[in-house]
Parts: sequence; C-alpha cells; structure tokens
Amino acid sequence: MDQWTEKLDVYLDGELPASEMTAVQEHVRGCSGCTADVLSRVQMKRAIQSAGQRYSPSAEFRQRIRQQISPPSQRAPWRIWVPAASFAILLLFVSLTFVTMRQRQIASQHLYSEIADLHVSMLASANPVDVISTDRHTVKPWFQGKLPFTFNLPELKDSDFTLIGGRVAYLEQSPGAELIYQIRKHQISAFIFQDRAMGSGALGDSLARRHATFNVESWNQNNLRYFVIGDAGAKDIQNLANLLKQAAQQ
Amino acid sequence: MPLFEQLYNFAHWLAQDRAEAEDLVQETYVKALRGFSSFQPGTNFRAWMYRILRNTFLTSRTGLKNAATVALDADDAAELPAGHESPETILIDNSRRELLQDALGEIPAHYREILLLCEVEEMSYRDIAETLSVPIGTVMSRLSRARQTLRAVLTQKTLRG
Repeated sequence: MDQWTEKLDVYLDGELPASEMTAVQEHVRGCSGCTADVLSRVQMKRAIQSAGQRYSPSAEFRQRIRQQISPPSQRAPWRIWVPAASFAILLLFVSLTFVTMRQRQIASQHLYSEIADLHVSMLASANPVDVISTDRHTVKPWFQGKLPFTFNLPELKDSDFTLIGGRVAYLEQSPGAELIYQIRKHQISAFIFQDRAMGSGALGDSLARRHATFNVESWNQNNLRYFVIGDAGAKDIQNLANLLKQAAQQ
Repeated sequence: MPLFEQLYNFAHWLAQDRAEAEDLVQETYVKALRGFSSFQPGTNFRAWMYRILRNTFLTSRTGLKNAATVALDADDAAELPAGHESPETILIDNSRRELLQDALGEIPAHYREILLLCEVEEMSYRDIAETLSVPIGTVMSRLSRARQTLRAVLTQKTLRG
C-alpha cells in the first residue's frame, strides 16, 4: 500500500484537507492503477450504503414508541378538546333549540294577534260580510276565483250555530276565507288559510287557547290552517271547530 | 420521531436481533428525552442520538459480550495484508447484496458500526469521533482497518462461494 493508496479512502470520504485533495486528484488522473482502485472503492462504498440499509422497524414498534415517548402535553389537547367540543356542540344545539322555540312562540303570538284583529275589525265593520247567506251552498261558491284553494262547510241544521256570511281576509299577505257564525248573541269567525302561508310550522298541528280574552282554536287539516275565534265560551268554539273538522273530512 | 428508521437500522446491526434492537431504540428515545437538557444547541444532534444508542448498546448484555471478545484498541495493531483481489467488482451485481450483508454481520461490531456511520449515515469523521467518543485519528485508522477486514471477509466468502 503506497502513500496514495492510503489516502484514497479519506479522499473518497471527502475528508482530505484541501491542500492534499488537488495532489491526489492529479495523481489519480495520471495513474491507471489508482483510477481502477478509486472506482472499486466507490463501488464498495455504494454497495455498503445499500446493503447497510437492511432493517426496518415494524409498524407496531413504531406505534409503541410513539405512544411511549409522546409527552403528555401532546396528547392532552386531544383529551381536553374532544369533551370540550362535544360540550360546546351540545350547548349550541340547546341554544338553537331554545332560540327556535322562542321564535316560534313569537311568530305564533303574532299570528294570533293578527287573527284577533281580523275578528275585531269584522265585528266593528258596518258591512261585516261580503256575502250574506245562511246557506253554505251559497257561501262556498262565492269564494270561487277569489281564493287559490277550496274547502267544505258543515251542515248546521242540527246545531245551535247559524252561518251569517263570509268575506275574504288577508293574513301574512295571503288570502283566505273568513266565515262568520253566530251562536246565541255571540259572533264567531272561522278563518281558513293555506297553511304554507303561515310560516314554518309556528303554530303546531292543533291548539286551543285564549288570546286577548277571545277563545281561539286552531288546527291544520288538508294543508289548510283553520282558526276559530270569538268571545263565545271555549265549549262553543270547540263545537264549531269540530263541525268544521268533520266537514273537511268529507 | 427524529431519526427513527436510521436508529433502528443501526441498532439492529449492532444487536443482530430484532427484539434487542427495539429495546435499544426505545431506551435511546427515553434517555434522549430525559437528557435533552444536556444536549447543547449548535452541536450535532444526530451524533448525540447515535452516541446514546451506542452507549446503551455497550452496556447491554450483547454489548458487554462483544467488548469481552473484541479488543477495541486493535486499531493500532499491525496492518492486515492488503488483498490484491478486487471483491468490489463482484458487488456490482445487486444479487450479491446478501453476501455483503453477511460479511458486514460477521466483522467485529466496532468495525461494523464505524462503517455504517461512515457509509450509511454518511457522517463526517468529526461526527463519527463525537458519536464513538474517540479522537479523529482513531476514526481514520479504525475505518481503514474496518474496510480491510470487510474486504478480507468478502474475499474469503467469494473464494468459498
């Protein structure tokens, strides 16, 4: 092994001082023996590099190490945030439900006020009805062409109610029928509107309540929203509502 | 996890056993985490990690056994006779990769580790010196002897095969 051969490995490892580097390069260029030696050493280096990359850790081991060496601070956010996020979502859901219910309540209050106003304006009007008739077969056809829907009216001959007449009423910019009935001295308005004009289900399916001392009953039937309102007793209001419900089923 | 693949490969070469290599890597990470405050920024992180791994190996049962059978100060021993054969030429063929791996497995552990640090990890002599806690002169002489020994083993294997 001459002085050049000794330096070849260090030269190929890139560790030879710059001053010696040039000398070795020049010698190798002119010496066929050293050129062949350099070539075989480079091949050996590459072969060791390739062969040396022999073992790979298993996926299980990688997972195990990751779990063991992960500092708690890295796992803690996961453990804190998941319950926190769940709680936040729950809170949001509850709040939304509450807000939606409240909005429905307000919308419902608003509708009942409108209905009460319509009823009162009918009572106060000098011409409370546009079609005066006690005959349902006269009143119902009168609405033809005035409303985008039709409805059935009950037979009243076995009841205490009398049909006085009807007129077109507007609620939430939607036309509907207002039918005026009388029982004893009380006048009762029965309103029929398209249910989809009433907003997103603000009223529920069926409801009986008092609003501004009027008794009101409201329900949904055949996609129509019915309101029966008057100062008559709750029992009378309910009876009229039942008659209208039965008629609507025919 | 920094250096995970490389550290495992190195550990497996040292220990020559999967389970033991896993223990070594695991212990290395635990020690590195525990002793991270002792790591000086600006110094070589990779060399620091390899040094932990290697020291862990040296104090393991296999490491102690190695130390008992191999004279680590053999670096200054007389040069081996240089082989005139060129076993490198047969290594061009990738199918001989296994032959080289066998040879690497057979040479003494302190030769194997320095060859891996130099060729596979492509560490500078300075980083190798830091990893092995030896002077650069020792790195150079040990590397030279490791290469000669590997060539000798390969030549034997080639002649036998």
